[in-house]
Amino acid sequence: MRRIITADVQDQSGVLNRITGMLHKRQFNIESISVGKSERDGISKMTFVVEVSDDQKLEQLTKQLNKQIDVLKVKDITEKAIVARELALIKVGGSGQQRAEIQGVINPFRASVIDVSKDSLTIQVTGKPDKIEALIALLRPYGIKELARTGMTAFLRGYQPQEVTEINSHLV
Amino acid sequence: MNVEAEQELRQMKKEVTGADLLIQTLTAANVDTVFGYPGGAVLPIYDALYRSDAPFQHVLTRHEQGAVHAAEGYARVTGKPGVVLATSGPGATNLITGITDAMMDSLPLVVFTGQVASNVIGTDAFQESDVMGITTPVTKYNYQVRDLTQLPRIIKEAFHIASTGRPGPVVVDIPKDISSTLSDVNVEADVDCHLPGYQPNKKPNPLQIVKLADALSRSKKPLILAGAGVIFAEAADELKAFAEKHQLPVVNTLLGLGGFPGTHELSLGMGGMHGSYAANMGIYDCDLLINIGARFDDRLTGNLKHFAPNAKVAHIDIDPAEIGKNVETEIPVVADAKEALDALLERETAVHGHDTWLETLHQQQTDYPYWYDRSEKFISPQWLTEQVYQLSDGEAIVTTDVGQHQMWAAQYYPFAKPNRWVTSGGLGTMGFGFPAAVGAQLGAPDELVVAVVGDGGFQMTAQELSVIKEKQLPVKVVIVNNQSLGMVRQWQETFYEERYSESIFPENPDFVKLAECYGIRGMKAEQESELTEVLEKAFAYDGPIVIDCRVVQEECVYPMIAPGKGLHEMIGVTR
Repeated sequence: MRRIITADVQDQSGVLNRITGMLHKRQFNIESISVGKSERDGISKMTFVVEVSDDQKLEQLTKQLNKQIDVLKVKDITEKAIVARELALIKVGGSGQQRAEIQGVINPFRASVIDVSKDSLTIQVTGKPDKIEALIALLRPYGIKELARTGMTAFLRGYQPQEVTEINSHLV
Repeated sequence: MNVEAEQELRQMKKEVTGADLLIQTLTAANVDTVFGYPGGAVLPIYDALYRSDAPFQHVLTRHEQGAVHAAEGYARVTGKPGVVLATSGPGATNLITGITDAMMDSLPLVVFTGQVASNVIGTDAFQESDVMGITTPVTKYNYQVRDLTQLPRIIKEAFHIASTGRPGPVVVDIPKDISSTLSDVNVEADVDCHLPGYQPNKKPNPLQIVKLADALSRSKKPLILAGAGVIFAEAADELKAFAEKHQLPVVNTLLGLGGFPGTHELSLGMGGMHGSYAANMGIYDCDLLINIGARFDDRLTGNLKHFAPNAKVAHIDIDPAEIGKNVETEIPVVADAKEALDALLERETAVHGHDTWLETLHQQQTDYPYWYDRSEKFISPQWLTEQVYQLSDGEAIVTTDVGQHQMWAAQYYPFAKPNRWVTSGGLGTMGFGFPAAVGAQLGAPDELVVAVVGDGGFQMTAQELSVIKEKQLPVKVVIVNNQSLGMVRQWQETFYEERYSESIFPENPDFVKLAECYGIRGMKAEQESELTEVLEKAFAYDGPIVIDCRVVQEECVYPMIAPGKGLHEMIGVTR
């Protein structure tokens, strides 16, 4: 099952290596990781998209993350009301008439063309990963020359229908 | 300028080097022993040590691996963090086995490594190694000092992290420019140790304690599985009180031995691959398994499908990540073992009379004890271990490597008290036992320390004979010499149709001469008839001694659970 997990971590050197090393050592399958500064000084926010086989594995993952000394807080937000976004840059081949056609394809996705050259154009799209997957699939016939994705970043919406339980809080 | 003048000048300027700061901080942390080995990148630190009147001793081992294992032995018997100092590059990489060993067995270590100067880090400089990268997966935490002013805080945090919660090794990597730079940092200043992401939970959740007590009151076949967590939490007395109060049988893990008296009537001894029949059947048949500070290691559980199939599992552990990792747990208690046992003892829990259960287990103990065929002529290794037990009145600190001799020591040397059993469990490190005995003896100078080692393992770290000679440490090295790698040989006999591939030593040194060569007394026992006298003399001798005991090569450790089998499928339970 696919889970979205966020972690607040101390912005120390080596913290990313420490966490990815642990995930690798314990054979967790990571789809994406995104890291960046958070609203607090010295604290970064990480968002993981992971593929785990069962609840026991998931529990181990969150516990092992929590055990890291640089990790302050871990949340599994998969089933919460969240905002989740990913950004992708897609360079496709195209000139002349094809350009207009591509423009037509990307419009409903609210994607934009951010670079144009003689025989290619670069599209920027943001959204949930499935939206990005859909756009990539539509653009594939035009010949994707280059593709870069940031991985998902996410957090809880301001309003939650039900109370949020933090992972592991029931264990203590 | 002479040394004194230079020092005076520094004092006038209130200037110290990073190395001075390190020595002062270690002194302030009440460190009494540092195990180490000098080298280029730690020259400033060794110079500061030379200049200082630090109240701690430095023990110069003859290999960095010896230093780190000695620190582990020291930590195991004293409960205090073992402190290690080594140089960059090969000095640091030689420590890795010991650091990993300490990580697996949760031993508190603070390891200082030198590093090349900051401005050349990352350039593949002479004796540079990526200590942070290499040690990240095998440490509880690690630091590289980038700013001298941070050094006191880092050291304080390192000791705090190593010795609290679930203990473990912490590495502090110190670049040479940091240790040699002059600074006016005031060490006395109260440094802040602020670790918001590290708050081990010591107090148990009262609700979980109620649940556990309820389960206990409903249980007809309860059993305690006690691991090393009991020893780290200094909860041996509480465990004994709890077991006695409710008449609960106790199984110890390999590393938990001594946490509950092995001679107690409620003790079933060790569980697991080479554990006692009663212990393993106890785990298999119980209806409530109370795990206190053990991590359900595979050598204990055997095939998980058959592990405690009828039991409700309660697990008390300071490390939440251990709960539910291998065995599904109904009652998780994240707490220090002592605090949890105190909370359980405070309650008046009405417990079922489980006399029949205890009777069954006692009957199994009587019917299926550990057994061996005594060879009468040559020395049986099991009998050797029993002799070591008898002649040391069961009071010795025993260290071992890994393998047959280790299992026999675990079976035939029941420990009455904690902190006397020093063995490499999780990592299973050959060459651990002898240097660990060096550290154990330094940590407990008045105790009898016996290093029970194999002829294979001893040869991996035998260079530390220099240290026991130099420091006149009265360590008794008992070599269980079967001229082979006994456990490898045993597995080849059992599972590889007796193809003894590279497990029999065609040549071994004369261990008596080897000892003598280091200026240490050596003795040999080849016949059973001479063993007792040799051991008596050796134990009575006030100094280091090596005893080469020639034992039967073909002996196997029984009983045994073959890999992939469950605890109820022991082989070699009887003759």
